[in-house]
Amino acid sequence: MVVFNLTQFSGKELTALPENGRIPRNLVGIGGRINTVSDTILELKKIKKSFGGNTVLNGLDISIGRGEFLTLLGASGCGKTTTLRIIAGLEQPDGGDILLDGESILSKEPNRRNVNTVFQNYALFPNMNVEKNIGYGLKIRKRPKEEIRRRVKEMLEMVQLPGFEKRMPDELSGGQRQRVAIARAVINQPQVLLLDEPLGALDLKLRRQMQLELKRLQKKLGITFIYITHDQEEAINMSDRIAVMRNGVFEQIGTPNEIYDHPETSYVADFVGNANIYRTPDKTYAIRSENILLGGEPECMIPAVVEEKSFAGGQLRILFALEDGQKITASRYGIDYDLNTGERIAIGWKEASAAEVIDNG
Amino acid sequence: MAESRKTIWPLLLPIYLFTLVFVFAPLVYLVVLSFMTRAEVWGAVPRLTLDNYKRILEPLYLRVFAESIRLAVSSTAIILLAGYPFGYFMARMSPRWKKRMMVLLMIPFWTSTLIRLNGWIIVFRSNGVLDKFLMALGLTDRPLKLLYSYPAVLVGMVYALLPYMILSVYSSAEKMDWSLTEAARDLGAGRFQAFVTITLKHTLPGVLSGVILTFIPSMGLFFIADLLGGNKIVLVGSVIQEQLTKGRNLPFAAALSVVLFVLTSLFIALYRRIVHTGEPEGLY
Amino acid sequence: MKKKIKLSWIYIGAVTVLMYVPIVLTVVYSFNESRISSVWGGFSWKWYLELFRDDNIARALKNSLILAFFCCFAAVLIGTSGALGMRKRKNRLNGVISYLSLIPLMIPEIILGVVYLAAFSFMNLPFGMLTLVIAHTAFCVPYVFMIVRARLEGMDQTAEEAALDLGASKMRVFFDITLPAIFPAAASGVLLSFAASFDDVVISIFVTGASVNTLPVMIYTRMKTGVTPEINALAVFILAATAVIIGIASAIGAIGQKGGTDQ
Repeated sequence: MVVFNLTQFSGKELTALPENGRIPRNLVGIGGRINTVSDTILELKKIKKSFGGNTVLNGLDISIGRGEFLTLLGASGCGKTTTLRIIAGLEQPDGGDILLDGESILSKEPNRRNVNTVFQNYALFPNMNVEKNIGYGLKIRKRPKEEIRRRVKEMLEMVQLPGFEKRMPDELSGGQRQRVAIARAVINQPQVLLLDEPLGALDLKLRRQMQLELKRLQKKLGITFIYITHDQEEAINMSDRIAVMRNGVFEQIGTPNEIYDHPETSYVADFVGNANIYRTPDKTYAIRSENILLGGEPECMIPAVVEEKSFAGGQLRILFALEDGQKITASRYGIDYDLNTGERIAIGWKEASAAEVIDNG
Repeated sequence: MAESRKTIWPLLLPIYLFTLVFVFAPLVYLVVLSFMTRAEVWGAVPRLTLDNYKRILEPLYLRVFAESIRLAVSSTAIILLAGYPFGYFMARMSPRWKKRMMVLLMIPFWTSTLIRLNGWIIVFRSNGVLDKFLMALGLTDRPLKLLYSYPAVLVGMVYALLPYMILSVYSSAEKMDWSLTEAARDLGAGRFQAFVTITLKHTLPGVLSGVILTFIPSMGLFFIADLLGGNKIVLVGSVIQEQLTKGRNLPFAAALSVVLFVLTSLFIALYRRIVHTGEPEGLY
Repeated sequence: MKKKIKLSWIYIGAVTVLMYVPIVLTVVYSFNESRISSVWGGFSWKWYLELFRDDNIARALKNSLILAFFCCFAAVLIGTSGALGMRKRKNRLNGVISYLSLIPLMIPEIILGVVYLAAFSFMNLPFGMLTLVIAHTAFCVPYVFMIVRARLEGMDQTAEEAALDLGASKMRVFFDITLPAIFPAAASGVLLSFAASFDDVVISIFVTGASVNTLPVMIYTRMKTGVTPEINALAVFILAATAVIIGIASAIGAIGQKGGTDQ
């Protein structure tokens, strides 16, 4: 058993990310630059939608850049899928406008929009083989048979399923269906590709692999991706920008680093970074668990009691109760730490690792 | 998907029109007719009366209703007792045997009822197959005169409607999760106890829809009573038919039909109440 | 456990044999030389010959086939379009109409017979093929409607959305995606309708005219009036046709998949 002595490590060495868990802002770039008019491909303006008196979207505003990988991140029921369906034309918004390449597409039927979707459950056509599935969009556009066959072949190679033309969807594994669904959407060279939790049904290992492949594909094709997930890790790994959604509005839009390091609200801090929310009478701060210092440092001035220790995902998590009843979680890599439940200790954090946020739960 | 009224109405129009004109309106007319007075030769005159219903209360017709219900209840009971184990065992067979049994069941199920009854006439006929068989065994020394008797009608009913029960029970037993009975047995339930608490409960919807699918037709299949029972067994169906063909009394036949309709509707309402669903299971 | 399984096989075997006894007897007696079924007069084809010479039976068969064809056609049109139309919008009116449309299947046939006899005489429709088709359509629509509706409810809607998303028009989506998905359901609805129409005696008796006889009505009247050995021969033909239809149906998957669910 490895036992760390907390005095051996400084807070800096314990964090997972470089530079004290922070990438310098000037390296991020895209978030600030893309919102100029010429680079915008899709614009949502004050999109509103309710189902039977139940407001799902409450005025969405966003500009999405050409070739951008934008992720809509949020808990289930926050309106992500509805947003995607409205962009695809499968739902009509109650108010607002959608501009694709500067032109409103609100009155266009889904089949007339140059936008394609990868559905959550893949939605492959069960009565058609892989070739017919992928070639469907081209066939609708009346492309010559020879061209369809050639491009389907290219697509299958690109998604690493060469020779799968004649298979039926029910003969494919989950990952293979996923690739076919992506190929079927991408072959039409849409201006924007919408992906609704495309990796949601895959197991963890396959997910990781597909994340990399999707990212590679997006870079190669240069198509704008709007990607839905409720997995913050996936969002951080893949996106150029993340839009955190809650109750039908964007709570914060920014690069992964902005979202992770500078959450504007306590909700974003908690949802994206699993950060601790620490409230003083007049201010609220978000501090990530790996930045909590445990005794020995000059910043450690808050008395706390160890309530619980747990180990998960290579990380030891220690839950502290403060005197005023607030809870703070600290995390360390390693499997044990010489702190016992019930022990009293002073904890704290460097001023720079505490972000001041708007307290909204 | 946003679907406009323009594309939906052409789809809905045929079923709306057909149902309203050829199902709903005729049913309403039947009710109205049952309160009218019969015309001299054929049809009815619009003079409102309760006489048709009063006439049903005569002992003669009450007896007919009682007889019909008795036959329907006893044939349904026999069908249930014979069909339940069949459907249940079938659901536990291997997929290959399930398929074979399905085909075996389908042939009688899809063959004309009349033609299958014809076979029973051969069996029951005086000096027919059954008589010969029993005489050969020495169980009887003279023809039993089984045709045109109550048992023959009962056999005919059971035979005609048994496949419905088997298929209903089978379809709900097939959906059952058998590990539940194993769990019950594991928790200490006896074989019988596990069957009653788990299997029977889960197949109840199938049983009930089987009962619906056999009880309701058995009230009206007059031709079975006619062919196998001669004129000895008089059912509501037979009376209605007689009133129309021989009696030429349309309003009275309508009143009899309305009463039969109410009886079966009550029965279906009871079924819906228990199962919380609109349509009998295992119909297809 | 072993013993129990054996008992169940014996039971199933016995019931199946009982189910087939009258069918086998019908086949055997169709070759009986004697006119009376209680006497075996030796092997003979004569009832088959008599059957082929009987114009009335040929006419009745033709009528029954025409009737079944038209009512299946009407039922599949009304039932399928109704199920498609009611799929998207679930309101109370649709609920009432679908309940009403199922009534013909939920009441004893005899009531339906009286209903149509009364209604058609009220409307002054001449009794004949038209009245037969209307009455038969009434009890065939529910079969198609119920099965197709169940299939539509069980089917994955996103496949249709995906087709639309890929640029297909609504019409195209229907023919490429929806129709192939509901085809087996509609086919089994049609098969059930065909069987129901071809088998019906009770309703037909009331709504048929003097000039039009359907096969079941003719068989019924002959069985009622007396000894009819050529009915046995006819029965054998119908049995053979049934077996063929079942073979085709199970080949295209219209039987035994119970409306079907998606993957």
